[in-house]
Amino acid sequence: MALQLPRDWRLQAQRYRLLGAKCRGCGRVVVPIRPVCPGCGSDDVETIKLSGRGEVYSYTVMYKVPDSFERSVPYVVALVRLEEGALISAQITDVEPEEVVVGLPVEVVFRQWRQYGADGHIVYGYKFRPVMPGMAATQ
Amino acid sequence: MVTSRQDCRTVYVVGVGQVPVGEHWDKSLRDLAVAALRAAVADGGGEAPGALMLGNMLGSTLSEQQHLGALIADWAGFRGIEAASVESACSSGAAALRQGYLAVKSGEHRLVAVLGAEKMTDSVNGLATAGLAMAADAESEAAIGLSFPAINALLMRRYMHEYGPEREDFAAFAMSSHANAVGNPNAMFRKAVSQKACLLAPTIADPVTLMDSAPMADGAAALILADAETAARLGRTGVRIAGSAVATDSLALQDRNELLYLEAVAASTERALAAANRSREDVDFFEVHDAFTIMSILSLEAAGYAPRGEGFRLAQEGVVVRGGRLPICTMGGLKARGHPVGATGVYQAVEAALQLRGAAGDCQVEGARVGLIQNIGGSGATVVTHVLEAE
Repeated sequence: MALQLPRDWRLQAQRYRLLGAKCRGCGRVVVPIRPVCPGCGSDDVETIKLSGRGEVYSYTVMYKVPDSFERSVPYVVALVRLEEGALISAQITDVEPEEVVVGLPVEVVFRQWRQYGADGHIVYGYKFRPVMPGMAATQ
Repeated sequence: MVTSRQDCRTVYVVGVGQVPVGEHWDKSLRDLAVAALRAAVADGGGEAPGALMLGNMLGSTLSEQQHLGALIADWAGFRGIEAASVESACSSGAAALRQGYLAVKSGEHRLVAVLGAEKMTDSVNGLATAGLAMAADAESEAAIGLSFPAINALLMRRYMHEYGPEREDFAAFAMSSHANAVGNPNAMFRKAVSQKACLLAPTIADPVTLMDSAPMADGAAALILADAETAARLGRTGVRIAGSAVATDSLALQDRNELLYLEAVAASTERALAAANRSREDVDFFEVHDAFTIMSILSLEAAGYAPRGEGFRLAQEGVVVRGGRLPICTMGGLKARGHPVGATGVYQAVEAALQLRGAAGDCQVEGARVGLIQNIGGSGATVVTHVLEAE
């Protein structure tokens, strides 16, 4: 197993603040941030903070999972279509699996992703939860 | 001097070899690789190849072995030859075929061995699952707990939402592959399955069930490629590679231009057929990368064999089954022959060569002259397509 601590440290901003890349040329927004627009090839790309609001575009309920995710079984992973147009893969939390449907409005929350290794290293990042009626998004 | 494509050398498949796909508890990665390679060399006339191109995905993870090119060249009795391994996830095998093809096509080598080998059953717990997830984007997909079946589940769910196929439509693809595997002595599951068995199969990542998914397996398959002069000298000019192409797309689903349109399948198919100067209608059979039933459907659509949103009908309507207009997965495909990931693309090529030799036994597609084979890495990020033809 590779040393993952530096990698998790490097990706903190991406995972804690939900950053995207917006192309100044064609306007396309993608997650995560990257130096070159995958749509038009322009490197005139700015980092933006995403609203964290969107809706479920597709989803799955996982039963057989990779190592270090066993604690959460079963869990829901979705492709979320963000307000800005980008898709993002993320777990859906604070919900029963059978309540998730395509089109469900969701908002970003900060959660534990997984715990691994001899010293129990914990990784945090974004997940999404159903938008609660009458409540503003947390970000 | 080479001035155009036509001036380059014609590449022939002069030898094929394979070991049965399955769980080989008594054999290591190198045992499987050596057996398939020796079989192909023997089938190709017994001459030592000048180079070995080897496809493998999980050797580093599950066998803790890299540097397979030199290792297998040595163990197979060809110490000293040029050798290297090629990796592009589940399309590693066909990527190795592509490199072997280029080596002969360019004139650099006259006789080249292509090998795909994978040993998946030596893993415990979720290691193989985690290893397969490396085909996806480590930072945005594997990191959040997505497995490879789950990625296909995201495709399948959206497809069902947009186009409304029934479970029976997906089941028909699995049933067809299983029916075809019955006649293949090297298939993992030589057993037909009923629609009921498909519909009752346990869920892996909803809506993907066990019967939507190809099985993990051990296996190795090999080809010997030769230029025209060498093939003629060996008396083996029956099958040639008429077209070869690779196209790529984003690893992560979230970065695709359109989730349900596999752009690399479209581009790779187009280029391979153009290189072979063939149209879609010329193809007698299509070895589709049916790692998941949804991948078969999306592949058929992007390759131009069905309009978008209509590909799910092709199995139920009998188009892509045995005896249909375009048989797919003629010797069981990934679903029933088995899917030893880095070896799969070479199995497809071995099977196509057998079809074109008229040596596919009970799986024979009558009168097969043109075969299309397609090996996909990840959920469409690398797509390797070859057109094989009978002379």
